[in-house]
Amino acid sequence: MSDSADTVENAVETQHGCPVQDSLGQRVLHASREQYVSVIKALADEGYEMCVDLTGVDYLEMPHRTIRFGIQPERFEVVVNLLSLSQRKRVRLRVQVPAADATLPTLFDVHPGTEAHERETFDMFGIVFTGHPDMTRILMPEDWDGHPLRKDYSQGSIPVQFKGANS
Amino acid sequence: MTVVSAGTAEGGQELLSRSELTAKELLREVGSVLRMSETEAALLAEVETEAPEDQTMIINMGPQHPSTHGVLRLMLELQGETVLRCKPIIGYLHTGMEKTGEALTYMQGGTNVTRMDYLSPLNNELVFSMAVEKLLGIDGDIPERAVWMRMLLSELNRMSSHLLFLATNGMDLGAVSMMLYGWREREDVLRFFQKVTGLRMNHNFIRPGGLAADLPAGWRDDVLAILEGLPSRLEEYDILMTGQPIWRERLQGVGVITAQEAIALGATGPILRSTGVAWDLRRDMPYLHYDELEFDVIVGQYGDAYDRYSIRFNEIRESMRIVYQVLERMPSGDFRIQNKKVTPPPRARIDESMEALIHHFKIFTEGFKVPEGEVYVAIESPRGEIGCYIVSDGSSNPYRMHVRAPSFVNIQTMPHMMRGGLVADAVAVISSVDPVLGEVDR
Repeated sequence: MSDSADTVENAVETQHGCPVQDSLGQRVLHASREQYVSVIKALADEGYEMCVDLTGVDYLEMPHRTIRFGIQPERFEVVVNLLSLSQRKRVRLRVQVPAADATLPTLFDVHPGTEAHERETFDMFGIVFTGHPDMTRILMPEDWDGHPLRKDYSQGSIPVQFKGANS
Repeated sequence: MTVVSAGTAEGGQELLSRSELTAKELLREVGSVLRMSETEAALLAEVETEAPEDQTMIINMGPQHPSTHGVLRLMLELQGETVLRCKPIIGYLHTGMEKTGEALTYMQGGTNVTRMDYLSPLNNELVFSMAVEKLLGIDGDIPERAVWMRMLLSELNRMSSHLLFLATNGMDLGAVSMMLYGWREREDVLRFFQKVTGLRMNHNFIRPGGLAADLPAGWRDDVLAILEGLPSRLEEYDILMTGQPIWRERLQGVGVITAQEAIALGATGPILRSTGVAWDLRRDMPYLHYDELEFDVIVGQYGDAYDRYSIRFNEIRESMRIVYQVLERMPSGDFRIQNKKVTPPPRARIDESMEALIHHFKIFTEGFKVPEGEVYVAIESPRGEIGCYIVSDGSSNPYRMHVRAPSFVNIQTMPHMMRGGLVADAVAVISSVDPVLGEVDR
């Protein structure tokens, strides 16, 4: 398939308006931020009743990466893994989140179990999940500066940030 | 409560006092969002708000509390002896292992992931190795012996982890002799691991492409010795605990969770199975050769601490069944893939061949390159679904390495299990969730 033909409209398969990609035998849906919650809801109704994992990726060091279907790559990506117990199937959702507006609606109302995952993703990447009931840090101390899993957060050269410690 | 803010404005992580509590916050904490109707949720909230603030007290349980299995801190709101609200506060053991994972090559990654769930290190290595193998496209070419060895080690590890659960569960509930017995049985398994891998824990033995070494001479007798010694002792523990009225009184009906709640919260493993959902990745989404083996998935009915105890107890027996079958069918052959890209040359070749020496040097200093891609692989660890999500940019380090830790998710069920219970039962609940804080905080 040539690049010009690789668009959402020409995707071989779509599900709930999202193009479906095969990543090493695993089913991946690319959702836009606008579609995100409604697609997760639709998938939950379809039998994907459990959200096993939600995490982020910072693609800062891969600026020229390409995503299929002509999707505009952004700095952050949120990856949601859904599981259907009844049909024994998995599906993965990838959502692009721009650095300038690193927000995404929360999945808390659909899958309450994402509460900790979203807090962790916020803590590690600084992606804010709007509507989340408790958008605080979860692993780092509450007065910590920066988001450690971002690629521009360097390893090994961090001043001691703990309360009352001599830095 | 003072909220510390130094440059950041996220606010504190602590449980808010009742006067600062908003309705939404309360709704979240009582778990009424678990697909209850608005009226049901409102009823719950009403019961809660009846407690006047001067009659309730927020206390910290942990992070330094012997029954919190490490450094888990629970903030409990108590009215007398009743737990009204609970919030687990974690992160005390956070060492940035996912960030470290990005700096280590795929060769070295095993040493990092094995330290997450330190009670089932071999399962961590297994899921990491399987994810890397899938990215490399060699997941179908792993030699048979390596696959069966992986299953042997994984099941023995499940046994050692559950034996430790029996020990800590006994200790937490006052059956101190069980603690000693559990540690003793676990040590037998760890001694076998030490013989095979060189280390009791944190083995880094299962590696991308296979395993680090073959099984040592006499391994079969060692495994048989473990398998033959255990049943009579398990029966003893059955008498000591399962059938004992005090033990039953202490656990039955404590920390109840429904199947609906468990699924909504993403709980897996014995917690999900205790609610009656027969979900075990070994049977339902088989990996390795679990589909060729015969074993039962142990399922509970009431979703209480007693069910979770019984499930783990009986899973030891199921794992023993699996190990017997693995012993029967263990094939001979290579213990790792003969693919020069990922496999270092054998030690003997290094002495006689310059190329082998260079190859050995290169593979251990630079590692091997993994094609671009992203993959999520999940297996059944003793605690539930452990998953590994790896993004590769084509270099020899993972671009992003995320581990979906079962304990991290399972800990979220605690507030729902504890709500309305007694503070003494909180210990039983923590123990029955069996979290490993190394993996919660990573």
